[in-house]
Amino acid sequence: MEKYMTCVACPLGCQLTVTLDGDEVISVTGNTCKRGDAYARTEISCPVRSLTTTVKCEGGIHPVVPVKSSVPIPKDKMMECMKIINSVTVQAPVSVGQVVIHNILGTDAHIVITNIN
Amino acid sequence: MVFDVVIIGAGVSGCMIARELSKYQLNIALLERASDVAMGASKANSGIVHAGFDAKPNTLKAKMNLRGNALMEQVCKDLSVPYKRNGSLVLAFSDEEMQTLQELYERGIANEVDGMSILNREQLLSIEPNIGDEAVGALRAETAGIVCPYSLTIAAAEVAVMNGVELKRNCEVTAIDFSDGIFTLHTTLGDVRSSFVINAAGCFADDVSRMIGDDSLHIVARRGEYYILDKSVGNLVTHTIFQCPSKMGKGILVAPTTHGNLLIGPSAIDIDDKDDVSTTSEGLKEVSSLALKSVPGATTRFAITSFSGNRAHDIKNDFTIEPSKVNDHFIHVAGIESPGLTGSPAVAELVAEILGSMIELKEKQEYVKTREKPFRYHQATDEERVAAIAKNPSYGRIVCRCESITEGEILDAIHAPAGALDVDGVKRRTRAGMGRCQGGFCGSKVVELLARELHTDVRNIKKCGGNSDILFDKSK
Amino acid sequence: MLQYDLVVVGGGPAGMAAALRARDFGIQNIIILERAETLGGILEQCIHTGFGLHYFGEELSGPEYAARFIELVEDQKIEYKTDTMVMDVTEDKVVTAINKEDGLLKIQAKAVILAMGCRERPRGALSIAGTRASGIMTAGTAQKYVNIDGYMPGRKIVILGSGDIGLIMARRMTLEGAEVKMVCELMPYSGGLTRNIVQCLDDFGIPLYLSTTVIATHGKDRLEGVTVAQVDDKLQPIPGTEKYVECDTLMLSVGLIPENELTRNIGISMDRITNGAVVNEMRETDCEGIFACGNVLHVHDLVDYVTIEAQIAGEGAAKYILNQQEQNVQYVHITAGNGVRYTVPQKVNIRSKDDIKVYFRVGQIYKNAKVVLTCGGKVVSSKKKIKLAPGEMENVIIPDEVLNSLSDTDQIVVEVEA
Repeated sequence: MEKYMTCVACPLGCQLTVTLDGDEVISVTGNTCKRGDAYARTEISCPVRSLTTTVKCEGGIHPVVPVKSSVPIPKDKMMECMKIINSVTVQAPVSVGQVVIHNILGTDAHIVITNIN
Repeated sequence: MVFDVVIIGAGVSGCMIARELSKYQLNIALLERASDVAMGASKANSGIVHAGFDAKPNTLKAKMNLRGNALMEQVCKDLSVPYKRNGSLVLAFSDEEMQTLQELYERGIANEVDGMSILNREQLLSIEPNIGDEAVGALRAETAGIVCPYSLTIAAAEVAVMNGVELKRNCEVTAIDFSDGIFTLHTTLGDVRSSFVINAAGCFADDVSRMIGDDSLHIVARRGEYYILDKSVGNLVTHTIFQCPSKMGKGILVAPTTHGNLLIGPSAIDIDDKDDVSTTSEGLKEVSSLALKSVPGATTRFAITSFSGNRAHDIKNDFTIEPSKVNDHFIHVAGIESPGLTGSPAVAELVAEILGSMIELKEKQEYVKTREKPFRYHQATDEERVAAIAKNPSYGRIVCRCESITEGEILDAIHAPAGALDVDGVKRRTRAGMGRCQGGFCGSKVVELLARELHTDVRNIKKCGGNSDILFDKSK
Repeated sequence: MLQYDLVVVGGGPAGMAAALRARDFGIQNIIILERAETLGGILEQCIHTGFGLHYFGEELSGPEYAARFIELVEDQKIEYKTDTMVMDVTEDKVVTAINKEDGLLKIQAKAVILAMGCRERPRGALSIAGTRASGIMTAGTAQKYVNIDGYMPGRKIVILGSGDIGLIMARRMTLEGAEVKMVCELMPYSGGLTRNIVQCLDDFGIPLYLSTTVIATHGKDRLEGVTVAQVDDKLQPIPGTEKYVECDTLMLSVGLIPENELTRNIGISMDRITNGAVVNEMRETDCEGIFACGNVLHVHDLVDYVTIEAQIAGEGAAKYILNQQEQNVQYVHITAGNGVRYTVPQKVNIRSKDDIKVYFRVGQIYKNAKVVLTCGGKVVSSKKKIKLAPGEMENVIIPDEVLNSLSDTDQIVVEVEA
C-alpha cells in the first residue's frame, strides 16, 4: 500500500510517497533530505508537531510571552498540553530558553520561553 | 433643568445649528442616538460644496445652497476645516446631454449662481486632460468647492460644546411629551426637558416628528455607495466631475477630496432599513463602471475602501425648515439631502431666524467663534514640527504610518471638547487608519491609547459604538 | 545635520543583516532606524517555528531568529534608534526621522539601505460588500493581538486568503480555543507553504475551500456572519453558490504589499509586479547609493532568504561607501519569461566577478516542469523541478563566466517549460 503526504520538516514541503506493508514502512520516496525519510516514518507510527503558543507573564512589558516545545510532541496531545500551558504564569523578567514546564505530559518535551519580557 | 433648546441629531445640520445658537444666551442640548457626531449621512457623502444650479429656482434647496456656498469658506476658516474651491464640471456625453447642460446653466442663472460657463471638449480637456473620450462638453461652475463633511460636523460640535452646548451621545429619543409649554424627551439616557425642540434627525426626522403627532414628513433613506481611491490617483482631476443628473440625484461623481484622495460615487437606491449602511456588490459595480466613463483612470484597482451612506430624501423633494403645524415650538429641519452639507451654515442661520421670531435671542458676551487649528504633523513645516515635539514629545511618535499621524494628534482628538470615544472616532478626527493599510498597523495602538486616556480596559474600546467590540477575552 | 556612513531604514531581519554585513566590510558609522519599540520587526509576533532552517540549520521561532541578530547588533555596537520613524529620504541621501527624544532628526548618509518590510493588503482593496462591522481584520493584526497583547480578537473565525499568515493564524486561534470555521482562497491553489496547510489546517480539520471568496459581510456592530461563494475561472462569484457562514471575525490574509512610500518619494524606479524597487545584483536601486532588501524589495517566502538578500545589500552599500564598486558597469535586463512573474534582481552587471543568484516566483502551480535560463540566446541551464508553486520562491544561478561572455545587447531570460 502507498501513502502520500507532504513533509513538514522544513518549508520546502516535499511530496512524499510512503510504501507500506501493513504498518511497516518499506520505502520513502520524494524526499530531498534525510529528514523527509524520518518525518514519513514518524508520521506513520506517531505523528509529532512542534507546539508554539504563549504563556501568561506578570510584571513584563507584555502580558504574555511566547513559548515552544523543545522537541516536537505527539500531535494528539497538543490540546491537552495547551491546557497545562494556559494554567501557568511566569514572572518577568524572563529570558530566551528559560524552561517553564519540564517534560510536559511525559512527552520528553520542555516548554521553553522564546523571547525576553 | 429645562433646556431652552434641544436639538435632536448631531449631523452637520444639528451641529451647525448648535454652533449658531450657541452664540446666544440659551441653554442648549444636542442629542445624538449614535456613539458620535456625524454618524449618518454627514460622514458618508460626497463632500461637495455645490455651486447651486441643480435645485429648482425658489425652492429652499436653491436658497440654502446659494447662501451656504457663500458662507462656507469663512465657516471653514473659523472652524479650521479643510476646504477648497476647486470648481465643478458636469459632463455631457451626447448632444442631448449638452442640451441638459444648457438647462442647468439657465437654472443656475435663475438661482443667481456666478461663475458658470459651458465648455466644448477642447476647452474641457485643457483644464481636465484625464476626462473620458466620450465627453463632448461640460458645464463649469467655478464657485463649487470641496469640504471634509465629518471634519466640518465635528468642528462645529466642538465649537458648540466650547460655548456651553451639552452634547449627549448614545442618546436616542424614544418618545416626546408636551405639557405646560415644556417638551419632555424620553431618551436612552433619561428624560430631557426643553422649551424648544429642533428636529434635525436626518433619515429619522419623520419618526421623531410623529412623536408629537405630526405626520407631515415622509423621509426615505436613499443609499449612496462610494469608493475612496488611493492618493496616488488623487490628482487625476482637480474639479469635481459630475455626470448629468437624473431623477435620483446628481449621478456618479469623481471628486478630489480635501485630503488628496479621489472619491467616486454615489449610487442611489431607496431602501427600507434606514440604519442599513452596508455596501452591495451591485452598487459598488455601478459606481466603478460609471465613474470610468467620466475619468478612465479612476479605476477601483486603486480603491482603499468603500462605504455607503443614507441620504434623508423627503418625498416632496425639498428641505423642510419650519415650525411644526402641530406645535410651533418644535422646529423641523428635515429632508436635508444634497445640498444639505453646502446649505448647512445657511440652514443654521434660518433656524436662528425662526427661533428669533418666537423668543428674543441675546448674544453672549464671551462667544468662542473660532476653533484653533489642531497640530497636523503632515501639514506642518519642519520648524513647526521641531517646536511641537519640543513642547509635547508625543508629537514625535508616529502611530499611523500611512497618514503620518502622531500620538499627540490622537491624544488631542480624544481630549477635544467633543472628543473621540472609539477607534472610528479617532479616525474621523485625525485620519489615523484612513490610509492605505486601513488601520492594519495603527488600529491596535489606537485601541491602547483610547483605553489609557479614557481610563478603561481595552476590551471596552469599540470600533464604532454600540456592540462593535474589538477584543474579547484575555488569551491567558 | 548628523552624519553617518550608512543609514538603514528598518530594524527587522533585513535591516539588521544588512547593517551587520556592512560592518563586516569595515563600515563603522552605521545607524539603524526602527519605528517599533524594539528591533526584530514582524518576527517579534511570529512566535511559530520554521525560521532559520536554511540559514542556521535549525528550526527557530520568529523572536528567536530575530534575537540572534539583535545580539549581534548589540555585540557589534551598531547604533540604532527604536520608536523612530523615518519620514523622508532624499535622492541626496538626507534622511529625516522623528522620535520623542530627539524630535526631528536630519541625517546626511553616504549610503542608505531601505528595509521597511511590507504590510498586509486591507479589506478595502478587496471591495467586499456589506457592513463596516468590527471583527474584520488582517491576520497580522490578529496575530499581534493574540501573541503580543494577549487578547482574543474573535471566537468564531473565517479566514479569507490562504497566505502563510492566515494559515498560521488558523492554527494559532484554534490552539487558543477559538473555532476556525474555514479558510477560503480565491485562487485555485493556496498562496501559502504546503507544510503550513498540513500542520495548520489538516492537523486541526480546518477546511480549505479553493476558488472560493467572501462576497459580503453581515452585522451592524460586530460581525455576525459572511457570505462565501465559489468563483469561476475569471475569479467572479458563481451565482447560486452563495453560502452564509456565521462568524464574529473575518481574518484577511490576502497578500502583502511592500511598504515603498519612501522609495517612491525618492523617485526610484519601481517594478510593477513586485511593487518594490528595480535593483541590480547588489540590490542597488537606480538611485546611486540607495539599496533595498527584504520584503520592501519583494515579498519573500522565508526569512532566511531575506537575511541572505540583506547581506548582499549590506555588502553592496559597504563597497559603495568604500568606493570599491565595480567601475565597469554594463547592465543587462533579466526578462521574466513564460510562467515567471518576476525576477530579483531585475538587471545584472555583465562585468560582475561573481555568480549571480536570481530569485523568482512562478505564476501558477507546475508539476514536473523545467526552469530554463537562457543568456544571449543560449540555454545555460535547464533544471527539472517536481513542483513549482507561486507561494514559494525559486532561484537560478548565472555563472560569472556566462555573464562575462555577454554583451549589453544580449538578453537573459528565466522561464518555465511545462
